[in-house]
Amino acid sequence: MVYLKKVNIKGHEYWYLFHTVRSDDKFLKKSKYLGKNLPKDIEKIKLEFLNEITNTKKTREEKIIESLTSLERKIFPILKQENELNRISNVLKLQPIEVLRTLGWLENKNLITTSKEENELIEIDKNGETYLRKGLPEKQFLNLLPSNLENLKKYLSQDEINISIGKLKKQNAINFGKEITITEKGKKILKEKSKEELFLRKLPLNINKLSNEDKIIYEELKKRRDLIKDDIKKTIKVNLTQLGEQLVNHKLKNNLVESLTPEIFKNEKWKTKTFRRYDLQAQLPKIYQGRKHFVTEAIEKGKKIWLEMGFKEMTGNKTVTSFWNFDALFTAQDHPVRELQDTFFMKDVKGRLPSKELVERVKKAHENGVDNSLGWRYKWNEETAKKVLIRTHTTCLSSQTLAKLKKENIPAKFFSIGKCFRNETVDWKHGFEFNQTEGIVVDPNANLRNLIGYLKEFAKKMGYDKIKVQPSYFPYTEPSVEGYVWNEQKKQWMEVLAAGIFRPEVTIPLLGTNIPVLAWGPGFDRLMMAAYEILDLREVYANDLKKLRTRKNWI
Amino acid sequence: MTIISIPRKELEKLAKYSDELVEKINLFGTPVESFNENNIEVEVLPNRPDMFSSQGFLRSFKNYLGIKKGLTNYEIKKPEHNYKVKISNELKNIRPFTSCAIVKDLKLDDERIKQIIDLQEKLHSTLGRNRRKMAIGIYPLEKIILPITFEARNPKDINFIPLDENKPMNGLEIIEKNPTGREYAHLLKGLEKFPVFVDANNKILSMPPIINSNETGKVVGETKDVFVECSGFDFNLLKKTLNIIITTLADMNGKVYQMELDYGKKELTPNLTPQEINISIKNVNKLIGLNLNEKEIEELLLKMGYNYKNNKAFAPAWRTDILHEVDVIEDIAIAYGYDKLIPEIPEVSTIGEESREEKIKSKIIESLIGLGLIEVLSYHLIKEDETKMLKLYEDVIELLDSKTDYKLLRPNLLIPGLRILFENKHNEYPQNIFEIGTIFKKGDSETGVIEQTSLSVILCDAKINFTQIMQILDSLLTSLGIGYSIKEDEDDNFIPGRFGKILVNDKEIAKIGEIHPKILKNFNLELPVSFLELNLDEIFKVL
Repeated sequence: MVYLKKVNIKGHEYWYLFHTVRSDDKFLKKSKYLGKNLPKDIEKIKLEFLNEITNTKKTREEKIIESLTSLERKIFPILKQENELNRISNVLKLQPIEVLRTLGWLENKNLITTSKEENELIEIDKNGETYLRKGLPEKQFLNLLPSNLENLKKYLSQDEINISIGKLKKQNAINFGKEITITEKGKKILKEKSKEELFLRKLPLNINKLSNEDKIIYEELKKRRDLIKDDIKKTIKVNLTQLGEQLVNHKLKNNLVESLTPEIFKNEKWKTKTFRRYDLQAQLPKIYQGRKHFVTEAIEKGKKIWLEMGFKEMTGNKTVTSFWNFDALFTAQDHPVRELQDTFFMKDVKGRLPSKELVERVKKAHENGVDNSLGWRYKWNEETAKKVLIRTHTTCLSSQTLAKLKKENIPAKFFSIGKCFRNETVDWKHGFEFNQTEGIVVDPNANLRNLIGYLKEFAKKMGYDKIKVQPSYFPYTEPSVEGYVWNEQKKQWMEVLAAGIFRPEVTIPLLGTNIPVLAWGPGFDRLMMAAYEILDLREVYANDLKKLRTRKNWI
Repeated sequence: MTIISIPRKELEKLAKYSDELVEKINLFGTPVESFNENNIEVEVLPNRPDMFSSQGFLRSFKNYLGIKKGLTNYEIKKPEHNYKVKISNELKNIRPFTSCAIVKDLKLDDERIKQIIDLQEKLHSTLGRNRRKMAIGIYPLEKIILPITFEARNPKDINFIPLDENKPMNGLEIIEKNPTGREYAHLLKGLEKFPVFVDANNKILSMPPIINSNETGKVVGETKDVFVECSGFDFNLLKKTLNIIITTLADMNGKVYQMELDYGKKELTPNLTPQEINISIKNVNKLIGLNLNEKEIEELLLKMGYNYKNNKAFAPAWRTDILHEVDVIEDIAIAYGYDKLIPEIPEVSTIGEESREEKIKSKIIESLIGLGLIEVLSYHLIKEDETKMLKLYEDVIELLDSKTDYKLLRPNLLIPGLRILFENKHNEYPQNIFEIGTIFKKGDSETGVIEQTSLSVILCDAKINFTQIMQILDSLLTSLGIGYSIKEDEDDNFIPGRFGKILVNDKEIAKIGEIHPKILKNFNLELPVSFLELNLDEIFKVL
């Protein structure tokens, strides 16, 4: 109750609004200062004050009551009388699944507890249902009397006739003569409902809770065809908690606002009504963002490093002739890597070789060497070079780029990131498809120290401050280097940077003269697996949507 | 990966075992794989077959540590009476060359015999290309009567008891029935005549590259003198291989004797004359990035087992990897120490640039993520039975001898897309995915294959239909500023009346529609799927 009062403070009089309300065991008095004079819009201020009070003085119980959804408000009161899921759905004419869900919400609010129960029930079967409508066969039999067997067969089955005769004879309800007639006892039976009929109407019943009399009827009816059946029914039992008992008798306000509709805005009903409260702890269905594949994200990171170092991207086809993948890179034509067991060659496609001049230069490098090199000293075969394959490394993009590079564009830096293929079986460490990345620096003044300098810079951008280098071997580089980075987490050196300077047998045919070309490439898939904590390479291509949806970003 | 095992006691004759020593072995170019109290295992890279034995490794490492400088000298004695091998020119297209030697006074034991067999096998599988290019035979000399003939005979005329057998077999029987014969039969199959080594009493010593004779026997602990031969197709390689073997035997106390090879023209092997390479000081300093003078370069070469005089480096005759001056320069850098090279990035300014197509792809990915789609990346290869699960309108390219089920190049992104939906049946719906990737078709190009960048969008959910996929296409093309039109069409993989082609500038660039239930059934899917596949190369052209 809100009321106006004048208050005397130090000899001056001031207007106040007061409101007293009971909260739990206490009385709370709230006041609002109005001024020396009564404001003109006093009624409005009274209303606002009242709303303020209503919202701040809510008790916990009030809040709970105000958070009940419409289904909860339907079901909760009935829990005074009913405590079983199916009965609740029957009485309220709701779907059991709706009731189940609502009971879940009530349980979350601590108003009820639920438990699962299994009941062995006796239920009515199809013939039982029919007989409840038409009457049990023995009743039908009595109704048809007086009659004879032939006539009766028109309305009842032989089975039904037999059962009826058996029963009715025992009860002295019929007489056998020329015809079958009904006795006085029979007429009495016809008027009443039989014990069996009463039983059928009571179903479903719990087997374990039958009275002794019902037990007898049950055993008898079981013998008759399709009258009743046993069933195990699972159900939910509901119990009110202490809080639930407290609140179940509460009056449920019916004028809570569910959503702000245009009408409510218009009528400004929100000023006088309260909003139904939400249960903020309720379970939340998840939504998922659209996501990039983590390999795409990893490639972007790799690309960024190259771009920041001033490298230009090389792109090209994944299918390539042996010429670019092997021969131009001075890989001997009988080298094991060029065999079917390591490389994917293609059926029924024919490759072409590039310009005659270039082919001649590469041929010469293989057969007799260039620039005083011994070469491989065999006969170079054009047909072998024409074989088409899917690339085993991205270095074939480098050879193609060098062949097209004009003198005036040197010095130049290029990089590539892309898919490569090897004919392997698949296990946790190996696959037939994997990513590689590679950078080349074409610079007349480049040397081995520069190569190591670039490796150090690249490693730093990948996040590794400590590197070491060792001599290595690759067929198309000399000198060759293997770079290791220090993994602080695992406390070990990781072999990740294969590098070298292209041999003159590679650069002279492609560039015309022996201009040093520095080249290096980190083990891309290995680094990526370390960053995303993937232990099995196969997971990279599993495309498991759950993992793709929920993976963390690599920042 | 070739791993050799070095007895620790041998290594410790050179230097005390410590962490620094392990680092030195790494910096020498032979990464340490593992060690225990008896052995240390290192990886020897394919360019140094001369180190495929611990003797070879220790010989070079001794130089590197500075204990012994320059070319290791081995005494090679001139041939004694009948130290001859006659090679028939009938072998020309069969197995034309051999290089041979005799080694006497060997001190062998079980461990050394194991090392010899190991070396032989490693050389066979790497340099020898599994015996095809080169095969090695080592025979106890005591049962052999010199001189030796290397000739070609009709397989039926070759009769001897192969090693570990107990009755004589002819050439054909050996390659058909003997286990080693079967393993390497492909190297002799189809030839009219087979190669054989025969001694002066017409006893067959072996039928290379298959197997030795049991009568001549195996090399055992008591053997003192051996006959060594390498047969194959590349004479230079055979001579080098022989050098690798006889120097290892010399390190086992053997005395090496040359043999005279008679090809018509006569030649003596083994020949340990060092290989001469011209070295320019300017080139050395330029390639490594140092300022060494001639004396310093000479010192470094000596550390790597070379001799040096007057701008010429002399490399050991057992090295197979020295083709060009750069090979020597690398050795100089190794001797200097890769860890001592000061890294330095030159002042070369260049501007980084991403390819235009990659930039456009990034923008497209952004748009599609904004529409709530998840990116997937499938294999570029597909399985054979997948091509039978729908109607293919393209020729599929097959790979030769794939080791897995994936035997073909994908001609579209539909097949891998449906496979991904199948593999995700246990995950939540809706499943709205997209992929950008390469597809492959036969066509006129340098490789006979045309590659196309393709974009697929796949929507799968109980209530999915044409509208949602059209909305995505519309949204995407609008954001790229591309106008398009759609026309009805037919495709057996789509529900009739629910399939269309998208045109940009009157050119068909995409297909779009609802997938036919019979295709869904083949892929074991149970919810409707809407699909779009778009030729991104056309989009690149238009933008």
